Amino acid sequence: MNASNFVEGVDFSLYMIMGISLVFLIGITVVMVYFLFRYSKKNNPVATNISHNNTLEVVWTVIPTLLVIMMFWYGWTGYKPMLTAPEDAIEINAIGQMWKWSFEYPDGKITDSLVVPIDEPVKLNLISKDVNHSLYIPAFRIKQDVVRDAGNMMWFTAQKKGTYDILCAEYCGQLHAYMLTTITVMDRSDFDKWLLTEPDLSNQHPGLTILQRNACLSCHTRDGSRLVGPSFKGVMGTSETVVINGEETEITVDRAYIIESMKNPNAAIVKGYQQGLMISYEQIISAEGMNQVVDYLETIK
Amino acid sequence: MTATALPQPNFFQAKKGIASWIFTLDHKRIGLLYLFSIGTFFIVAAGLGVLMRLELLNPGRDLMDPQTYNQVFTLHGVIMIFLFIIPSIPAVFGNFALPLLLGTDDVAFPKLNLLSWWLYIIGAFFALGSLVYGEGGADTGWTFYAPYSVKTGTNVTPTVLAAFILGFSSILTGLNFIVTIHRLRTPGMGFNQMPLFVWSLYATAWIQLLATPIIGITLLMIVAERVFGIGLFDPSIGGDPILYQHLFWIYSHPAVYIMALPAMGIVSEIIPTFAQRTIFGYKAIAYSSMAIAFVGYFVWGHHMFTSGMSGPAGFIFSILTFFVAIPTAIKVFNWVATLYKGSINIQVPLLFALAFIFNFMIGGFTGLVLGSLAADVHVHDTYFVVGHFHYVMFGGAVFAFFGALHYWFPKIWGKMYHKATANVAFVLLFVGFNVTYFPMLILGLQGMPRRYYDYLPEFHGLNMVSTFGSWIMASGLIIMIVNLFISWKNGAKAPDNPWNGITLEWQTSSPPPLHNFDKMPELPEGGPYNYPDAISHQEKN
Ligand code: HEM
Ligand SMILES: [Cu+2]
Ligand SMILES: [Cu+2]
Repeated sequence: MNASNFVEGVDFSLYMIMGISLVFLIGITVVMVYFLFRYSKKNNPVATNISHNNTLEVVWTVIPTLLVIMMFWYGWTGYKPMLTAPEDAIEINAIGQMWKWSFEYPDGKITDSLVVPIDEPVKLNLISKDVNHSLYIPAFRIKQDVVRDAGNMMWFTAQKKGTYDILCAEYCGQLHAYMLTTITVMDRSDFDKWLLTEPDLSNQHPGLTILQRNACLSCHTRDGSRLVGPSFKGVMGTSETVVINGEETEITVDRAYIIESMKNPNAAIVKGYQQGLMISYEQIISAEGMNQVVDYLETIK
Repeated sequence: MTATALPQPNFFQAKKGIASWIFTLDHKRIGLLYLFSIGTFFIVAAGLGVLMRLELLNPGRDLMDPQTYNQVFTLHGVIMIFLFIIPSIPAVFGNFALPLLLGTDDVAFPKLNLLSWWLYIIGAFFALGSLVYGEGGADTGWTFYAPYSVKTGTNVTPTVLAAFILGFSSILTGLNFIVTIHRLRTPGMGFNQMPLFVWSLYATAWIQLLATPIIGITLLMIVAERVFGIGLFDPSIGGDPILYQHLFWIYSHPAVYIMALPAMGIVSEIIPTFAQRTIFGYKAIAYSSMAIAFVGYFVWGHHMFTSGMSGPAGFIFSILTFFVAIPTAIKVFNWVATLYKGSINIQVPLLFALAFIFNFMIGGFTGLVLGSLAADVHVHDTYFVVGHFHYVMFGGAVFAFFGALHYWFPKIWGKMYHKATANVAFVLLFVGFNVTYFPMLILGLQGMPRRYYDYLPEFHGLNMVSTFGSWIMASGLIIMIVNLFISWKNGAKAPDNPWNGITLEWQTSSPPPLHNFDKMPELPEGGPYNYPDAISHQEKN
């Protein structure tokens, strides 16, 4: 069994084109090298001017034409079913954000990696919160760009249990190569059980949960190392030089400053960091949530 | 032209001093100005390429951080595309050889020609200037896709302006060549008596003239969006990122033919000369260039099959893409047929031309995979694409460029390159090239995306092979370049016509005099490649 319902169509057009190509590549190369020796200056001291041959020109126009039309056709028939998802597909929102994938199930469950039941069509609504990404599952032979406000989707039926890589195929900035997760295919019964088990977050600080859910940690570390944004470690209470409208100012990092940074991330930029990479969370995280985030930041010294 | 008793000084001797070069109106000198400026950029960008391969030798960090890597592949791509390969063959060999091939004394507008070179230099300064101040070089990839290119804090604006200025340089060169070809052919040379390199420059020039303005506008739109916040491409301010992709590829796909057609022209010169017989299917080769240039305008959407394109649009872009393959295949068949019953003198320019055919076939066949809708969904934006376009641009166009460099080397400098060393360099380049890029095709089929600073452990082996290949290739490049420099200084003196060619440039002295021909060149009877010494063959149908 193939890993997904699209493997057959994609692989068929791949192997057909590569097979025909290989025959031509080898054939032409062999003829070329043969001529090179057979008609070398030594073996054939006097050349013959042959200006053209209409029959040959027709033959080597018509044959490639027929072949490429056939190649085109199988490409199209392998691709067409990808365009429309079955009505009864399970709909999951797949959200791409610099540099993290997250998945939102119909009942509201949100996860970092994708889990789907076997042999049932699944439709992913592709949502970008910032720049273009592209959701790519090589084992399933599918890929679709995740473009903000474009309403793209992709669908598939997984046919083999297991865990496969999900990659980002559209360059999206510094940590593009690390925008990875997995898809796990399981039986319906296991999937139902999985849907009901919420990870136990009662021992985890609610602020940390918010950071994890919103891809904050893909740019800000908790161990002091530098990524795209300043690290969270010990950040509360420090004084920083920030650039506001091109002017450098000294500020103290306090509750108000952090909350303002979540709402208007590009208004004040810590010196040495880039503008424009962080989105505004004003509409995404509640006022209460923002306070929980600050509470959490106070705990990492 | 009056016959003079004394031979005229050649174009190197005609004037001296730096100003006589950088303000020269002589097409041969302008060609050489381009050769040295373009060659410098090629060496820099090839160095960056080797650096990238070094980083990819092992998973994880080898020598630079992710942001630097992203800037390096952007700079590598921008230099290779805009500063090297788009101008390369037309600007260097078009300039040097076109008037010679036409039997005339210069291009139609020598001053415009000089302006093109200066625009090229100014554009280059913008591109490199963006590296040295502010937030550092752009990290968007050479495609500048929005909205990332609008959001990132790096110096995208000057890089984009550089591409804009370089576009003008390209437009002016195209315009100049079209007029030259129409107006300045030697008496008696009709369009169907033109050498095939001239035909390919003609087809290319129309693309330069008609397609380049679109990228100019698109790039200015990015600047407007970044500087004034006008919402054109960034959805967070009301723009449409897909519109950007359309505008970008409407130019950048035809630009692929700006790179490929002149290379095909070079191959069509080299093969008959070293086979010592007429080209097979002159008209098929000439007109297929025009067909490629024309159909090539309508296939840009094949870069966007996974962008959310509608089914009918995908259908049309895909089938048109497949149609471009037909004139390309016709050319390959005709080149190979030209070897048939030739009397082949195996020399380095011919080896480069045949390597072009081999590499370009792989580039073309992998292009068929990418043009097929279903297959493209899997390999789009993976290393398969990186392998594919290096096969076309490097294995194809750059190999033809190197072939031309050796082919016209004795004409330009009046010296012969050291042949044995040139053979060694060729073998290293050809082997190294394939060891570097063939593994990339397999990596792509296995699902490794491009523009990847780091990769999953299962991709390690082939990445190592590819990096080893890049070392072989780099040593070939170094040997070739050093050999050409040494031969330029100390090479043996070359006769005016070392290859026994019959196109017009071989009728003048090497190096040619300032005004190209001391006496009117004579057109060969019965077509530009109709070798008088070869047995003539009567067509029966
Ligand atoms: C020494 C020779 C070269 C080496 C080792 C090399 C290596 C590479 C590598 C490894 C990449 C992939 C970067 C990535 O996707 O992460 C790349 C990208 C690229 N190369 Fe080369 N390359 C070489 C020569 C050339 C030449 C001759 C051209 C064109 C004439 C070229 C044009 C490009 C372009 C356009 C890109 C894409 C950059 C982007 O993704 O924005 N390269 N090269
Ligand atoms: Cu990405
Ligand atoms: Cu294209």
